[in-house]
Amino acid sequence: MENNAFKSRHQTRAQKDRFFKFAVMIPAGIVVALLVLILAQVVINGARALNVDFFFKEQKPFGETGGGIVQAIVGTIMLLGTSIVVALPFSLLASLYLYEHRGSKRAKVLATAINTLQGIPSIVIGVVIYSWIVVPLRSFSSLAGGVALAIVMLPLMTSMIHASLEMVPSSYLEAALALGVPRWRAIIDIILPASASGILEATSLGVARAAGETAPLIFTAFGNPFLSLSLKGPVSALPLVIYEYIKSPYDDWHQKAWGAALLLVLFVLILNVLIGSRKKH
Amino acid sequence: MQDGHCALAMEQQARILGASCNFNYENGGNHMKRNVLFRRGLLMALCLIGAASALNAQTLLGSGATFPAPAYTKMFDEYYKATGIKVNYQAIGSSGGLKNIQDRVVDFGGSDSFVKDTDFAKYPASIVHIPTVIGAVVVTYNLPGNPALRLTGEVIADIYLGKITKWNDKRIAELNPAVKLPNMAIMPVYRSDGSGTTFNFTAYLSAVSTEWKSKVGNANSVSWPAGQGAAQNAGVAGVVKQTPGSIGYVELAYAHQSNMPAAAIKNSSGVWVDASLASISASAAGAFPPDSRILLVNTNAKEGYPISALTWIIVYREQKYASRTLEQAEHLAKLLWWMIHDGQNFVEALDYAKLPAPAIKAAEAIIKSITYDGQPVLK
Amino acid sequence: MNDRRFNALLGLAALLIVFVFAGFVLTLVVQSLPAVKQEGAAFLYSSEWNPVTARFGALPFIIGTLLTSSIALVIAIPLSLSAGIVMGEYVRSGWLRSLLNTLINVLASIPSVVFGLWGIEVVIPLVRNLAVLIGAPPYGAGILSASLVLAIMIIPYMSSMTREALMNVPAGLREGAFALGLTKQEVVTGIALPFARQSIFAGILLSLGRALGETMAVTMLIGNATRIPDSLFSLGNTLASVIASQFNEAASDVHRSAMMRLALMLLLITMIAGWFGRTLMRKGASAYGK
Repeated sequence: MENNAFKSRHQTRAQKDRFFKFAVMIPAGIVVALLVLILAQVVINGARALNVDFFFKEQKPFGETGGGIVQAIVGTIMLLGTSIVVALPFSLLASLYLYEHRGSKRAKVLATAINTLQGIPSIVIGVVIYSWIVVPLRSFSSLAGGVALAIVMLPLMTSMIHASLEMVPSSYLEAALALGVPRWRAIIDIILPASASGILEATSLGVARAAGETAPLIFTAFGNPFLSLSLKGPVSALPLVIYEYIKSPYDDWHQKAWGAALLLVLFVLILNVLIGSRKKH
Repeated sequence: MQDGHCALAMEQQARILGASCNFNYENGGNHMKRNVLFRRGLLMALCLIGAASALNAQTLLGSGATFPAPAYTKMFDEYYKATGIKVNYQAIGSSGGLKNIQDRVVDFGGSDSFVKDTDFAKYPASIVHIPTVIGAVVVTYNLPGNPALRLTGEVIADIYLGKITKWNDKRIAELNPAVKLPNMAIMPVYRSDGSGTTFNFTAYLSAVSTEWKSKVGNANSVSWPAGQGAAQNAGVAGVVKQTPGSIGYVELAYAHQSNMPAAAIKNSSGVWVDASLASISASAAGAFPPDSRILLVNTNAKEGYPISALTWIIVYREQKYASRTLEQAEHLAKLLWWMIHDGQNFVEALDYAKLPAPAIKAAEAIIKSITYDGQPVLK
Repeated sequence: MNDRRFNALLGLAALLIVFVFAGFVLTLVVQSLPAVKQEGAAFLYSSEWNPVTARFGALPFIIGTLLTSSIALVIAIPLSLSAGIVMGEYVRSGWLRSLLNTLINVLASIPSVVFGLWGIEVVIPLVRNLAVLIGAPPYGAGILSASLVLAIMIIPYMSSMTREALMNVPAGLREGAFALGLTKQEVVTGIALPFARQSIFAGILLSLGRALGETMAVTMLIGNATRIPDSLFSLGNTLASVIASQFNEAASDVHRSAMMRLALMLLLITMIAGWFGRTLMRKGASAYGK
């Protein structure tokens, strides 16, 4: 009799176990299915827009078909380049500061400032940069856009680079110091190179994040139907073009919006995969 | 240490680091070469950027009204082909253009609502309005079969007031006896951004409906009693195109370019008028003020389309401000001159009416009054 | 260059960053003062937002923000927890694990504007058809569409953090439970989840912080209506979406200032949510840390 009771309890527990597994697999499967669906849609709709003109021609007047988004592709590259030039040095220096002064009150202040910056919605960043750069310089510019993006990237990059620095065995630094190398030299020539892959990863992820940002660019880079290489003037960008085109009633523009979305997603995907594969070894 | 680091890593927004607790050993021996390479690369990049910046000299920047954007972008495309000067026009809505010109972050602003005398104080210096094209605010809609509809101003006002809620309402049906109207909800679409198109549309509604005038009024942005907001003319057209049962007000070109219908409206002379080059020009045929600020809605012209609208480019009379150069002022003045003369040849294909002769004369005088350091820019 | 100069350089950079952060907050506070003077506390409870008459009651946006974020959380939590449990408990190794991880990371990296694009083309027609079915106003856009897409956007973060939290459950605890004969389900619901609940909750808070500040997708899907939504199918606006729509044209000083005040409010609520989340995260990780 005890055996039966035990067995039936065991069976219910086993049933619960199976049921639970089933119950979590379904929503998880829904999540996976959703992702695959979204990606598939981007690929299918976006592929239709890709042709030679798309990559090399500029924007046509409202309502005309044809042309391309070269101004947005180059604009995004310019903005990302500017943002890296601004963000990377500051991220490195801030990470080094946190590394050197770990535990001190000042480091805590810096860490708090950076962590809080991370949570600031990027539209707020755009609004503030409009007051700080666009209005005083009396011009929308890719510089303003790049700075706004840099502020978006900074917290992310700093915490990743800092984590990377902390992972370098302290024996490296100690050995260098024991050999008489000045501390600053030891940091630059030994600790930094040792965390090079972490720094690269941080930069890649910062870039991936910044590439898709639209809100800060609306009030800073502003947009441009022409290809522009100027830091001082407005510039287009892939996310801006997506935003502008999808609102319109023009089918040609809708198609181009999907094409731009495909480019963005591919870019971000490639960066992610590259980082993932570096990790493997 | 590991958990603390992983906890920190969890906050990453662009990537959730599950496995970044690995560490790659790097050979630190090549640091010297790397440093030099890095510095040289940076120098080169900066030089390139500087050179590129210097090369990109001839551009003008404008922003504002979306009402004339199809005409403007076409004109600026042709201007670029003719002169090599790039004009970057960002269609963000009339209020946006006015704000940008107030902040002096653009060379010119576009607006379909003129600045009232009482608002001049908002601008740091004297501004002038240059008329450019005349267009029509049409009422477009999304119904199965795209029937041609007739609507009166009062009916349109009541739709936007939320008083007429179904397409087969008898007030719409009695105006369109030949059309089988579906039993669908009417969804009015309006501009969520500050818009000169809204200014003209609400001016018309205020003229034909006393309830509208008292309840809502006439401005770039109003408090809409019913419906859905979309940004820019393109946005309203986009929403109407995709939303069955919706109705919206857009410039004629947006409707035509997307094969969307436009309702015929009864004008103040009792004539049913469709928006067309002829009917738009008819509404602009009257007297023209020297400062070019005129509202064309609810025209008295017998064949005039009742919601026609003039649009302006707004610049500062005195061009020496901020760090503007004489060259920039000259480029701007030449562009404006071209727009009211040669540029007019490109607008009719997009269903915008050319400026009538009195408007061109007024515009010429205004452009000639633009000065740099006191001296007229255009000799 | 020597040690002193090096440290000075580091200090300078650190100072600059702190100044930038302080400057942000200061700029927003100073520039919102005119609006505070004009409107005072009515900003928080008035629903009259009319730039023409210079009334700036932000209640519709506050409600819109809270509503969309909460609905998004309600939708996302069960989905994310399940996905996190599957990744953290059932598929802990092998090719499937890497595939799932990559998928989730890719989903996390898709820009907001692309979600907005997808939402316009896919979600809005679906919601419109649903609205027609049940007799609600068939806009398509509105609270429901925005919340749905918002939920999809925060799922990757929540599920990764859930996965992380579960994977940090000490192996000894888990193995001990199995040794005692507990089923997988019992280990998960009885041991792992309770152990990790602080970190999971922190993950939820951090995702909430993200949802509150989400701009582009919401702006593109919420319908831009300045009224307090009264149903799932209503149109509305959030703090972020109204800034995106109206900032570019806020010409009058008070309007501009009201925009800054909105931005300040948005900054404060995301900061608070983020701060709570991070504190919980640290507590959850360190309390049982190695």
